[in-house]
This record gives sequence, structure tokens and C-alpha cells, in this order.
Amino acid sequence: MSLPTPPSAPYAHSSANVQRTMALVMLALTPSTLYGLYIYGWPAVFLFALTILSALAAEAFSLALRRKPIVMFLGDGSAALSGWLVAATLPPWAPWWVAVLGGLIAIIIGKQIFGGLGQNVFNPAMVARVMLLVSFPVELTRFVDPKPLFSQGAPDFSQSLQIVFGQIEKFDTISSASLLDQIRTVLKQGGDVPGGLAEHYQPMAMLIGDVPGSLGETSALLILLGGLFLLYKRIITWHTPAAMIASIALIAAVMNLIDPARYPGPVYHVLSGALLLGAFFIATDYVTAPVTNTGRLIFGAGAGALVYVIRTWTVFPEGVAFAVLLMNALTPVIDFYIKPRIYGRNRAGEPLPGPDDAG
Amino acid sequence: MKLFSIRGGVHPSSHKSLSSEQPIRAIAMPELLHVPMRQNIGAPAEPVVAEGESVLKGQLIGESAGPVSAPVHAPTSGTVTAIGDYIAPHPSGLAGLTITIAPDGREAWAELPPPLDPETATGQEIADRVREAGIVGMGGAAFPSSVKLGLGTSRQLHSLILNGAECEPYLSADDRLMRERSEGIVGGAAIMMKALGIPRAIVAIEDNKPEAIAAMRAAASGHGAIEIAAVPSRYPMGSEKQLIQVVTGVEVPAGKLPAHAGVLVHNVATAHAVHDAVRFGRPLISRVVTVSGGAMAEPGNLEVLIGTPVADMISACGGLKGTPEQLLLGGPMMGVPLHDKAAPAIKGNNGVLALSRSEVNPGAHMPCIRCADCVAACPCGLQPLEMMIRIRNEKLSEAADVGLYDCILCGACSWVCPSHIPLVQYFNYARGALRDQDIVKQHQDKLKGYTQRREERLERIARAKEEARKARKAKMAAAKAAKAKAAAEEEATDA
Amino acid sequence: MISAFVSLAILGFLLGGGLSLAAKLLAVESNPLADELENILPGLQCGQCSFPGCRGAAEALSSGGTDITLCPPGGTALVATLAEKLQVTADFSGLEMEKPKVALIDEQACIGCTKCIQVCPTDAIIGAPKLMHTVVPDACTGCDKCGPICPAECIDMIPEAEIPVTLQSWHWPKPEPIRAAA
Repeated sequence: MSLPTPPSAPYAHSSANVQRTMALVMLALTPSTLYGLYIYGWPAVFLFALTILSALAAEAFSLALRRKPIVMFLGDGSAALSGWLVAATLPPWAPWWVAVLGGLIAIIIGKQIFGGLGQNVFNPAMVARVMLLVSFPVELTRFVDPKPLFSQGAPDFSQSLQIVFGQIEKFDTISSASLLDQIRTVLKQGGDVPGGLAEHYQPMAMLIGDVPGSLGETSALLILLGGLFLLYKRIITWHTPAAMIASIALIAAVMNLIDPARYPGPVYHVLSGALLLGAFFIATDYVTAPVTNTGRLIFGAGAGALVYVIRTWTVFPEGVAFAVLLMNALTPVIDFYIKPRIYGRNRAGEPLPGPDDAG
Repeated sequence: MKLFSIRGGVHPSSHKSLSSEQPIRAIAMPELLHVPMRQNIGAPAEPVVAEGESVLKGQLIGESAGPVSAPVHAPTSGTVTAIGDYIAPHPSGLAGLTITIAPDGREAWAELPPPLDPETATGQEIADRVREAGIVGMGGAAFPSSVKLGLGTSRQLHSLILNGAECEPYLSADDRLMRERSEGIVGGAAIMMKALGIPRAIVAIEDNKPEAIAAMRAAASGHGAIEIAAVPSRYPMGSEKQLIQVVTGVEVPAGKLPAHAGVLVHNVATAHAVHDAVRFGRPLISRVVTVSGGAMAEPGNLEVLIGTPVADMISACGGLKGTPEQLLLGGPMMGVPLHDKAAPAIKGNNGVLALSRSEVNPGAHMPCIRCADCVAACPCGLQPLEMMIRIRNEKLSEAADVGLYDCILCGACSWVCPSHIPLVQYFNYARGALRDQDIVKQHQDKLKGYTQRREERLERIARAKEEARKARKAKMAAAKAAKAKAAAEEEATDA
Repeated sequence: MISAFVSLAILGFLLGGGLSLAAKLLAVESNPLADELENILPGLQCGQCSFPGCRGAAEALSSGGTDITLCPPGGTALVATLAEKLQVTADFSGLEMEKPKVALIDEQACIGCTKCIQVCPTDAIIGAPKLMHTVVPDACTGCDKCGPICPAECIDMIPEAEIPVTLQSWHWPKPEPIRAAA
């Protein structure tokens, strides 16, 4: 065949492309992250920038090693998004090396070792989050009370540099704990949930995000806004987030009915920690989640249940990252068993009986 | 009427308004008509005229060569100037056997077979007439129509569906035909219903063609058994399997033909051709083609003779505007690339498009990110990404196991893929490569048979030799024994 | 700490030793994979792969003793099938299979000795004593058993005539992999 063959039909294409998808996800993350940067101040801004830069550098390095087109793949935005998600789950005043390590782990161990974009089994951001958490539990659970930019008592630019580059001890007065930690401590000390909640639980503040927590996780309202935007743009389907939220809420409600003194209710669980961010932005990651809507329902419900189990009965106060990774491992199994029915065939893949065969 | 739903599908922008308000018009007679012998699925026709021979309009020039084949007729009167290879309207850009006719401008008709009366003609007579007229599916697949009709005579069908969905963007040829020649289409439907004893017919038209729906409703008002269904505008509504599902709620069993579901589907243009063949004895020698696209100066709908070079159609529409990104035959979703504007129009070709770059919207081929938009878009419940991964790794038979042959190649998955992966090309490649493997396998099985036959023969010869040797030995032993016995007896008598 | 190390190390040795013992003691004598591979191979016993017949090639393949591109009569289709069966990735990009060949008898020089007819495994040579012989290319596998045996040295192996691509046999090529953009 001497003639060059042009690509096959179709000769039309939707407006979708990888860059656009990644850009829309980042756009959806922007409100909650901007709010996080605002209430946690300059240290959070540095941390955020460092994580993303480290992720991009790791991606460029890996692509160069693998002799892949660097500009094309860096430009797709997937590395920046992974870095962004790692940053969103970090304590806002974590030291610089946590950010750098997070970006490196997410891209190199979480993604490029598997073969790069589209090949990884586990969510890169969650791989980084879990490896950091088990390696550096102190740095990863030292939260701060909100100190909005330019407000009274907020660290200024140079103080912030000191915080990020290793002298957080100077500022130890401000360290605080997230609600999940606080309730856990209350229970450990023999108190009960209603007492602990009465002391620490402010649903309205959690809705807005004006509480101690990770950089991009605290504002339930803004995350929800971003999630709805993704649904509206059809970047994600409702199945994963709905199943995840419904599953944890249902279990929490039942347990709360059984023993309100030990088990907090559904609203507490849904608004706490990384649950909403996880439901809309992490469990919906294309690469590591099932490809069918039924599969996504199972994935979401499983992740929600695991989060509850981890939060309630293990040594970790928060479990979104673990739950997502465990469900990631199950994704191939879910995809193997849950498949759409093929036209003209039954669920088992055999041809449908025709009128000739019947009777 | 009650409609059912289909799975998946996509909504590409239709661009139909470029040409949909342009009435069907004829174009000037081309200098040469190049009539390919291969215009249908199945065996190509075989020429029955000689170079230099004069032919009349409608005269048989290519005979059908097998049960799945269709004859070809001279589109106009003139002289056969060449019989040989000529560039074919085919994605390969290869040439195929073609009869070239220089028109004499007289448009003198050959003697046509007498009209049939649909009221008295038998199903077999109608099917024969459709075969003689060289009618093939005019929606693009080009399957010989008489074969479909023949299937209908062997089993009872409950519905005839006329496909007027025209779900491909840009195309408006069927739309115009339904608006302007609705009587002929309804007539064709009535003929086929009568011939095969089908109790009802449904003309399915996408609801983005309200004028066509109205025209068809008016034409069918006298026929109680012919209904018009406005089906939702969603690609690929016009796919045979999907149209059957939306209209009847029944799925065609995998690997079977629509007749197995009690349904016969014909394109509206095919129905019109059937009408012409039965009522007037006219063979299929022309068709309506939409010439459109953002890079076409004056899009329109042309009635062209089979064999008209694409270049003539383009110049009849004011030529090209700038440099098109892609020239193609058919619609943008399933059409084939056009290598050379000299390629001719054939019976199954419903469009000539010149698309600008923004219309094609090409993009860099990126890795699959498993977004599963292709799974959601697939009207057949397949997982295109899974098939693609297997084909990329040359695991072709595994791809066949997960649905390669259930795929209708509609291109919805490629259209929606954010990574711009040419999924349909993977599927086309895999089917072709599997076919090649099959041919090689058959050849090797034949050779294996030769080897086995030889080994058996050698064994037989060896056995025969061995037996002969044994027999000789036994004979010799017997002779010896007899000799000894005789000697002994002799000794005894001597004693 | 030390005790943990030691106990884990001992455990590791024991389990590893057990596994290697089991592998030796419970080894399957006949090779079911070789049987399967023999069925996949063309079965022409032509010997072009340098193994004694297709059985020999199948055994070598099953033990990983040879490359999956060993069989010229099988062509690329066979390579793909073998790759699938043996779960190895076939790299087609750098693969240049030896072109299939067929025998051609120089009919001027043929003395009609019938030696080649007797060795041909597929009966692809026709002829009779003292009359010239000829090869039926469609049945020839290119095994070259006839070449060396010919006393007149009149048999050549020539590349098989390529079947031209036609409108019927053409199919879309495989899409190109993602290329490095500059």
C-alpha cells in the first residue's frame, strides 16, 4: 500500500480532551482550595505551590527517563492535578519536605512506576497521602486553627517561610486538632460522643470550612459546589459520590440509633475530614475506578463503608485515603464481574433466543 | 405510537441546515462515467459488455456473480471506452474493475422490463425484479436488497421498517427525498408489504426533520398500515439494530439477521428505488447525494448518475472553500476517506463532504484514561476501551471474545474519547487481521492434510511391503517344509 | 529484635525449601503445553526452524528454548497466536519475518530422477521418472528438503509471489502508537 491512509472515521469529535477534563476538575477544586489558602494563610500558599511544583518536576523527570514527550504529557494537567489533590489533603502548615515528598511519591510511585497516565492501579494522591501518614504521623496530624490571611495573629510572609521551612516549633501555640481527632480523644478519655460534640462540633463552621483541618478539605459547601459543577459538566457521574455519601450516612445513622453515646450521627461523618473531597474528587478518579455505573455504585458504597469502619474501629482517625486505596485494589474485580449487557445477548454473553428458537 | 429506548448514543452537532433546504437538483452530464463493478457487499459484478460497444441507458453492463451480488446498469447511453482498473470510492484508495462510459448525450433508454402490478405480482416476482434492477441498500451498507427480500419470503415478518432516521450529521439526501418524493417511498413500502405479506410498516424519521415527517404523514394518510414514527435525534439511531430496538422494543439476537426478529429494514431511498423498479421497470442508475461541509462553497443535494466523478459533484456545488481538512464519502461518523476526487459515485454513497479543520476537530492521540465515556456512549453495551487494549497488544481473539463482532462500528466511542484514540480503526484493523489469519490457517490446514495423506500413503506402502515380505517368507518356509516332508516320506519308503 | 529476624529468616528458608522440593518431586512428566503448541504449529514437519519436526519445535517453545518467530510457514499470524498462548508480548515493530519461500525447478536442467518427489512432505512436486518435474507453489511450504537432494542442483528457493492487496482483501492498518512529539 503506497498511499498513506488517513485515520479512520469518525471525522468529527466532541469537544472533550484530556487537558480540558483535567482543567475542569482543577477549576472545580479552585473555590475550596482558595478558601483553604485564605483561612490558613501564607504557609498554606507555600505548601500548595511546593507540592504542585514537586509533582510537575517528578513527572518531567520520569518522562525524560522513559523518553516520552515531556511537553505533551506535562501539558495534559494530570500531574498538576495529582499534586493539587495531595496538597489538599495535607495539614496546611506542614513542613516543606512533606510537600516535596508528597509530590514525588504521588507521581513516581503512584503513577509513573505503573507506566504513566492511565496505567496506575491506585490513586496517586492517595498513595502519597497514605505513605506520608504512616511515615510521618506527627507532621500529618498537626492541624491549625484558621488564621485568615492579613488577619490579626496570622503569620506574615517571612514568618510563614519559617513555618514551612522547618521552624514550626516556634509557633507551637497554634497547633490544633481536627474534629475527628478531638472526638476520638474524648472517647479515649472516657467521655461520650454527645459531650464531645457539644464541646467541639460546629456544623455551620464545618459547612463553611472555618475549622482546623487539611488545606483543601474543610469547606463542605465549596467542595459540594465544585462537585456539582463536575456533575453539571458531565466530567463525573452521580453514582460514586452518591453511593459513598449514602453508604457512610446510612451506617452512621444505624449505629447512632444503636448507641448514640459512642457513635456520632451521619451529618458529623459526612461533613468531617476528607469524606466530601474524597467522594467528589478522589473516588471519581477515572483511572482507578470502575468503568460502569453499577460498578461505580459498588465502588462508592464500599468506600463509604470502609471509611466508617476505619474511622470508628481502627487506630486512624481518618480513613478516606485507605478506603479509596482498598477499593482501587478491587476495581479490576468489579470491572470483571460488572459489565454492561451486550446488544442481542443475555447477561452471560450468549445470543438472545430468537423467535425461531422459542417453541 | 409507542417507542422504546436505546442504550448509549451521542449528540454530535448536526450541521444539516447547510444543505437541508436545498431541493434535489440534477447536474450537467459528466464527460465520462466510471461505473465500478464492486458496488455492494458480496461478490462484485462481472462485465458483460466489451470495450467500444455502444450501450443504452439502463442496459445491463455488469452481471451479478453469485447469490450475494447485484448487477450494474449503464447510467446513460454512450460508448464503453474502457474496462479496467479505476480508482474506487474505498478507504484504501486502491483501484477496482470499472466500466468507463463516454455519454453520447442522447439519454436513449434501453428496452426496459414491463412494469409489474403490485396487486397481482408474487413475492418471488418482486424479489426477482429488485435483483434485476441492481438495487442495494442505499443507506451506506450496500447489501443487495433482493437478498433481504428473499429472506422475507422464507419466514413470516411482522414489521417493515423504513429507515429515514438519517442520523449522520450533514446528510440531508434522505430528508429531501422524503420531502419531495414521499409518494414513491410510500409506494415502495406498499409493494414490499404486499409482496411479503407484512401486516404493517413503520417509517422511522428522526424528530429533527419535521418537514419530512409531515410530508411522509401526508403521503401515507391513505395507507392505514403505514405509520410514521418520529424517533429521538440521537446518533446512531439510524443503525439497523438500534432502529429495530427503538421501534419494536425487540433486539436482534447476536449473530442473526433482523429477519430473525421478524423485521425487515430498508432505507427510504431503497424503497423509492424498489418503487421505480416495480412500477416502471427502471434499474438503479442514479441516486441523491448530499454534497456539504464547511469547506464546500454551496452545499446542496444532487441527483447524480452512478459513476459520476466526485470532482463533478464538487464543482456543481461551487467548488471547495479553502483547503479542507478531510474529504470523505458518506457521513462524518462512518464515512470513508476520499483519496482522489476522480473516484466515482456508487449506489451506497449518500454524501460527499469537505470538512474544515474545526469541524473535524482532530486532536493528539493520548493514552486511555479509563474515563469510560466510550462505555457510556456505546449503543451495543460494549466496553470499547477493553477491546482496544486487547487489540493494541495483538490479542485479537480475546477482543473477539469481548464483543468485537457485536460492534456496529458506529464511531460513537471514538467521537467521545477525550484521548482521541482511533477506536474504530482498532476494531476495523482487528477484524481484517483476524480474517487474514483465518485465510492463512485454512491454507495451512490444507497443507497439513497433504502431509498427513503422504504419511498415510508411505505407511501403507511400508505395510504392504512388509506383508509381501512375510508372505514370501511363509511361502518359502512352506515350500521348504513340503520338500522336507517329501524327502522324509521318500526316506520312509526307502526304508 | 534479633529473635524476630532469626525466626523470619528460618521461616523463609523452610517455606522456600519446601516449595523447591515440591517443584522437583511433583513435577509433571509430559508437557501438556508442548501438546497444545504442536496443535497450533502448521504441522508440516518441514524443519525450517532447525528443530526435528513440529513436535521438536513445540517442545523447544514450551521450555522457552527458542523465539516465537521461528516458523516461516506460520507467518506473523502464528507469531501472534503463540504470543497469546505463551503470554509473551510480541514486538511486531522490529520483526522482519523471513519471507516465505517456495521451490522452483529449473525445468531445462531437471533429469527426472524423482528424488525430490519422494522427499517432499506435502506432495507438492509432480512428475514421473525420466520426465521433468515441477512444483505446485500453492502446496509448497518452502522447507527446502528437495534442494540439497537434487543431483542436478536445479532446485532454487525463490520468494513466494506476493498476493496483491485488493479491494476485498484490504483492511485498515493498526493505528500508530503514540509518538513523541519532537
